[in-house]
Amino acid sequence: MELTGAQILMRAFKEEGVDTIFGYPGGAVLDFYDELSRTDFKHILVRHEQGAVHAADGYARASGKVGVCLVTSGPGATNTVTGIASANMDSIPLVVVTGQVPSPLIGNDAFQEVDIVGITRPCTKHNYLVKNVKDLARIVKEAFYIARSGRPGPVLIDIPKDVANSKAIYDAPDTITLRSYNPTYEPNLKQLQKVVELVKHSRKPIIFAGGGIILSRASDPLIEFSHRTKIPVTASLMGLGAFPGTDPLWLGMPGMHGTFRANMSIGEADLMIAAGVRFDDRVTGKVQEFAKHADIVHIDIDPTSIHKNIPVAVPVVGDCKITLMHLNNLINKVELGDLDEIRKPWLEKIRKWKETTPLKYIQNGSIKPQFVVEKLYELTKGEAIITTEVGQNQMWAAQYYHFDKPNHFITSGGLGCMGFGLPAAIGAQVACPSKTVIDIAGDGSIQMNSQEFATAVQFNLPVKIAILNNGFLGMVRQWQELFYKKNYSWTNMSFAPDFVKLAEAYGAVGLRATQSSEVEPVIREALSIPRPVIMDFRVEQEENVYPMVPSGAAITNMILV
Amino acid sequence: MTEKKHIFSILVDNQPGVLSRIAGLFSGRGYNIESLCVAETIDPAISRITMVTMGDTQIIEQIKKQLFKLINVIKVYDLTDERSIQRELILIKVSAKANHRAEILRIVDIFRAKVVDVGSDHYTIEVTGTEDKLDAIITLLKPMGIKNITRSGRIALLREPK
Repeated sequence: MELTGAQILMRAFKEEGVDTIFGYPGGAVLDFYDELSRTDFKHILVRHEQGAVHAADGYARASGKVGVCLVTSGPGATNTVTGIASANMDSIPLVVVTGQVPSPLIGNDAFQEVDIVGITRPCTKHNYLVKNVKDLARIVKEAFYIARSGRPGPVLIDIPKDVANSKAIYDAPDTITLRSYNPTYEPNLKQLQKVVELVKHSRKPIIFAGGGIILSRASDPLIEFSHRTKIPVTASLMGLGAFPGTDPLWLGMPGMHGTFRANMSIGEADLMIAAGVRFDDRVTGKVQEFAKHADIVHIDIDPTSIHKNIPVAVPVVGDCKITLMHLNNLINKVELGDLDEIRKPWLEKIRKWKETTPLKYIQNGSIKPQFVVEKLYELTKGEAIITTEVGQNQMWAAQYYHFDKPNHFITSGGLGCMGFGLPAAIGAQVACPSKTVIDIAGDGSIQMNSQEFATAVQFNLPVKIAILNNGFLGMVRQWQELFYKKNYSWTNMSFAPDFVKLAEAYGAVGLRATQSSEVEPVIREALSIPRPVIMDFRVEQEENVYPMVPSGAAITNMILV
Repeated sequence: MTEKKHIFSILVDNQPGVLSRIAGLFSGRGYNIESLCVAETIDPAISRITMVTMGDTQIIEQIKKQLFKLINVIKVYDLTDERSIQRELILIKVSAKANHRAEILRIVDIFRAKVVDVGSDHYTIEVTGTEDKLDAIITLLKPMGIKNITRSGRIALLREPK
């Protein structure tokens, strides 16, 4: 039986196991929305297409599934670009369907026409313009396959309106095979044998875990490997939760705002086993100084990540989970000696770094933003899903909320996209209805997508927004303070809406804390309300994130509190 | 590290937009394209892109991997250090005054080039060869007055074992 393009898309979504679509209707997708109303997909109507993509991103990270968006042509499509670029940098699997003007009008500068395939070429894993309805079923299947396989990423499908309403037989292959795309999952075992030898002889080893561990669900084999070899673990921003933040072998995050012990360990290590990381400049600082005494093993499914920023001794192309499982098998067969004894000097040294120079801040009566995050951690027993905006709020969340499990920390790592946290929290809450989901926000970034409060309220998604309100674009102000002689050029954001009233205007609940003693009661109350809540914490205005490594310096060169 | 010219032969899906993906990869990552040739192969579903680029070992390694990462790229061959046959085609419109005509034809003969168009005061010459050969004929013809030149960019194929 012939189906319309719109029916084909819905059926293809069903076959891919889609249950939720984040979207916004418009002229070019009328046929899809018409058909959508006859399906049982959950549709979350956002208030801006950027919100749809961030929400799908949050949904994908919390659930481990592919996030799906549906938006119209022209401005609907261009509004998705920031969200797509963020997902692309963080390797998050998304399928974004954009409407397009009818095929005969393409290229004529038609109303709401934009070359979205051209625009998103550099920020998607792959994209398609569907020219014939007969190809649609196959293309959707390919798109999901590409989005979730190998190093995941966003895939965009642009569908002209005439393709949506013309008919074809549903024709998709049983399995997708692409002669030009075959990710390498199985590592080269000879390379792993070299890793085992390095582990045997190393005296100061560390593990550096990244987002790849979370994406490949490799936490368990990572923990097993670390515990078996007694190697301490640091994890990038994207990797937080890959290794328990309460484990004695946990070093904290490395890099620009990393812990003293993580950065010092990297500086002194003789072996670094890096898995699912891409050695971002915010982690490495000055590359020539990064882990300069260490043999670096780099495990990654994407060959382009290897040798890109940091030359490595042992490259291993493969899936993190499969690779770590092989590595555990190999390591279990060798004699590693009395590891308690062998690791003692190294772990002792790390313990001293932690003892002398822990993460800290100075309490002085006003509300310290770090204190708010600590209280959130304490009162949610570390079990909440935390999303963040970008800037100081993001770094304090990373430092003071100790993630024990993967898929619980959702942040725009690579692109550093303000306005990410609220829609991402909405997506995470859709994926995990029974979980507490908190967006740790700043007063600046929350205003970038605050229209999504309406979405949260409309769909009864009880997300909690904790605004660390310092009246500044805090991280930029911090750089101006430290590196631009306190010239606070346009970072003062003291004009802001009354966030409590804003919450109320949307039909949510607003709470405010202006002194330390009010922080805990506000959080308790917020957590007890089964509706969206905005908490406005009036925090110390000029608090800085420490430690801090100046841009381009070696990461052992830290400015401390 | 020293930069070196590399010649890549890239097999890609013969689809619209593929060249733009490759060109975009180069501009987006700051790599340089010196020359570029694209044409269908014997299999109409596949095109071959022959490209000359510059870079040190690390950059060239990245270019190779980044190219291969594109979903529409099937194979990437680096023909630089291989035994490969490389050719370029050039059309030269040279001014041909009576006193120069004989000289030009001698040069054409030596380079096994062809005169493909003749006018009252010009010849258009077609010549194929390696980059060196083409540079040489250009040098020799320059004093006569070159009016226009178009070069095809390099193409290459791997030599098969004898």
